[in-house]
Amino acid sequence: MAVNTATLLIGRRRIDWWQSGIMAMVLALLTAFIVYPVLRVLAISLSDDSSSFTLIHFANFFRRPLFREALWNTLWSGFLVVLFSAALSLPLAFLLARYDFRGKVLLQTAATLPLVIPPFVGAVALQLILGRSGMVNLLLMDWFDVAVPFMEGLSGVVLVQTLHFFPFILLNTVVSLSNVDSSLEEMAQNLGCHGFRLFRRVTLPLILPGFVAGSLLTFIRAIDDLGTPLMLNYKNLLAPQAYLRITTIGMDDVDGYVVCVVLVILSLAALLLARKYLSLSEYATVQRAAPAIRRLGGWKSVLVWSGVALVLGISLLPHIGIVLLSFTKIWSFTLLPSAYTLGNYNEILFRAPHFVMNTLRYMLLAAGFDIVLGAMIAFLLLRTRVPGRNLLDGIATLPLAIPGVVLGVGYLRVFHGWDFPGANGPLTSSWFILVIAYTMRRLPYTVRACYAALQQVHITLEESAQNLGANRWRTFMRITLPMISGGLIAGGLIAFVTSCVELSSTIILVPRIELGPIAYGIYLYMQSPLGRGAGAALGVVAILLVSLGTYLTHRIFGGRSGNAFRI
Amino acid sequence: MKPAEIRLEQVSKSYGELCVVRGVSLTVHAGEFFTFLGPSGCGKTTLLRMIAGFVEPDEGRVHIDDQCVNEVPPWRRDVGMVFQNYALWPHMTVFENVAFGLRERKVPRSEVKSRVFQALEQVDLKGVEGRRPSQLSGGQQQRVALARTLVIQPRVLLLDEPLSNLDAKLRIDMRLELLKLQRDLGLTTIYVTHDQEEALAMSNRIAVVHQGQVVQEGAPRDIYEHPENDFIASFVGQTNLLPGTILNAADDRIAVELVNGPTLNLSISASIHRPRAGDAVFLSLRPESLELLEKKSLPDGVPGIEGRILASAYQGALVEYEIAALGKALKARVINPKGKHQFQAGDEVALTFAPEDILVVPSKRDGSVKE
Repeated sequence: MAVNTATLLIGRRRIDWWQSGIMAMVLALLTAFIVYPVLRVLAISLSDDSSSFTLIHFANFFRRPLFREALWNTLWSGFLVVLFSAALSLPLAFLLARYDFRGKVLLQTAATLPLVIPPFVGAVALQLILGRSGMVNLLLMDWFDVAVPFMEGLSGVVLVQTLHFFPFILLNTVVSLSNVDSSLEEMAQNLGCHGFRLFRRVTLPLILPGFVAGSLLTFIRAIDDLGTPLMLNYKNLLAPQAYLRITTIGMDDVDGYVVCVVLVILSLAALLLARKYLSLSEYATVQRAAPAIRRLGGWKSVLVWSGVALVLGISLLPHIGIVLLSFTKIWSFTLLPSAYTLGNYNEILFRAPHFVMNTLRYMLLAAGFDIVLGAMIAFLLLRTRVPGRNLLDGIATLPLAIPGVVLGVGYLRVFHGWDFPGANGPLTSSWFILVIAYTMRRLPYTVRACYAALQQVHITLEESAQNLGANRWRTFMRITLPMISGGLIAGGLIAFVTSCVELSSTIILVPRIELGPIAYGIYLYMQSPLGRGAGAALGVVAILLVSLGTYLTHRIFGGRSGNAFRI
Repeated sequence: MKPAEIRLEQVSKSYGELCVVRGVSLTVHAGEFFTFLGPSGCGKTTLLRMIAGFVEPDEGRVHIDDQCVNEVPPWRRDVGMVFQNYALWPHMTVFENVAFGLRERKVPRSEVKSRVFQALEQVDLKGVEGRRPSQLSGGQQQRVALARTLVIQPRVLLLDEPLSNLDAKLRIDMRLELLKLQRDLGLTTIYVTHDQEEALAMSNRIAVVHQGQVVQEGAPRDIYEHPENDFIASFVGQTNLLPGTILNAADDRIAVELVNGPTLNLSISASIHRPRAGDAVFLSLRPESLELLEKKSLPDGVPGIEGRILASAYQGALVEYEIAALGKALKARVINPKGKHQFQAGDEVALTFAPEDILVVPSKRDGSVKE
């Protein structure tokens, strides 16, 4: 007996070394590429010329009307985007989760379509349709001699972002709604409550934590979005301010770093709030039976459909615009293009194919790294007792709250000065810096997918395999891996899909034009009126790539694809 | 409020191909404790949900007192239901949970408070009003769920396996409390369970439900002592079912030829079932009605079944035996074994029984189920 205990202890200790090794490695990686660059940005914003501590830069920030206005605009537009998205999503989500009607699948698919168009691509397309000389305004001028400034200034940003981000809130809410235990609602009915009162007193409070958390995440993504304001040429927001400071005035301009820190603080506050709300939402999960789905027919379904068609028609405008533009030769002050061509596709597929090729290479690499890292982190969090797990969990979630601009600026600052071993120069002059940025930016999503997958595998399933004679490695290969592979692939796909449309860190980190991915190419082409067609063609390629990834995610997650976009 | 009478008339329900309730008719009298007893998936919960209004019958009618409630939505039925998982709202405190139904009924604020406290007192819960359901033990949650339903003074109380999530000891305590509460309030109560012991201990009457039909309805003693077929005999309590064929039947006496065994001549005054010659039947012998003797001490002329002990388990208040006899494994229970001889595996024994303890039940499989 004593001998048994001794071997057991030795065995346990040996494994601990192994696990601690992985832990140390992962922590070192994440520190180098997430924590340290951000801390460096923070340090610069807090030190004066002689490197001693000062708050003077922050005082200056709040003293300058330009920055105060940018801060206010960022908060206000983020709030509006969330508000409008929520207002669009709630009724649609309720319809999708609780009713069955003809053409429901169509609605479900259409509701995810805005996700596949990068917001800054959507911005260009919407300019063509709703802009000053776009289709709608041309018609309005013709008929009534008035123009509506849909796309001018902040309202343009809010419009584009709302159309892009509302599906996140929608999917999130559908999942929350179908997770509400039906007996909780039936009990209220049994006690005399029904209709809208039932929704207000029972259903809404039950989904509220998930709903609020989803909204806060949307807020973070909206203020992170650099491409949309740049495309619409509206610069008075924090993200474009940071970008412009660093790129036009230079790496040594302290104000740029201060703006970055303010952005991080906003995102971090929203993330912490979201986490707090989510911890309350444990109770909204299914205990026994999912809510009944009622059938909607007759005039009600007609009514529902006309509402739904209106909402989705508007959110599909960017897609229509971008496809049209990609086949356009000349389109200026006319309702539709006046000449069509295939030349734009010739340009991006044959004359300058590197944007597409780069994207594929970066995305596949980033997705692969994310899967490996995500699986390791999930394993450390769920299956070991190594100290430092809370820290790891925190750091792995952190990228959600680090805007792309900030990470890009941090990388430039940290890796600019010294030659990276094996890279023939600084890391920032290699395309690999982009892969690293994408890997880190999307890590939280992959970790979440892997964590959820591994959590499904009850530890006793592994133990019974070991009890029947399989060693650790065989157990992993024959039991664990087959069971979590779906989650791993889904996690990788999420990283792939979202990196594809990433502009905010890309635009800062691309070392040379020929190393840029699609997002960068679109941005470049869109700078000149002649390049717009090619930019749109690249946009169509991006849409197709993202659609493919999203479709595959759907296939793997099945009806619960909304889960993929939760935090 | 005056307790109500519930009447089901030929109700049926199918989900697609699956028929879960087939033409059930029954009446639950005012103030009665009535139980739907059956294995899982037999349709008992669907019957309960029909009364609550969550399931609409495809055919037939549900009456509360003399009103047909088929068209009445759940929120106007005034039948209190306690769910198996309690369905306490996690975003409300205990007080808010219990007050919910009163607020829906626009009861004045001051009265809400006193009635909530009264209801909590009724279920023996005090000082937890401010807590969230997640901060309560399973037993406390159960009591809150009960108080929440009782506080609106429903016409009927519906209980869907309310004790199944409690541990064994708590379950027996709650059973007695629930019963006391029901008798004090005089509430018509419909109880759903798969636990035959619970059903026997609590009910005024039981309906045994099997494959969507009520196969027997009656007082607990009727059901246990006079099961109408072999399914009921073995589902309600343990029993040994010995297959056989009736050789002849006259007045109160029959001769049964057991499969693999002797022919027994029996008096069947205790059986409701009147078999005819040639019928395939089961003899039902409850384990506690069997007596074990050493084989050689069986007096001549006394009917007995010879067998060999397979296993014996001493349990303090009783000894349980498994005996190989008639080509089957029979169970016997010797109650209060103190001072009696305990047989061991391999011992040759003879089983005897009092003729009045034998029940003749028709085999369900030959189609003689009472419709």
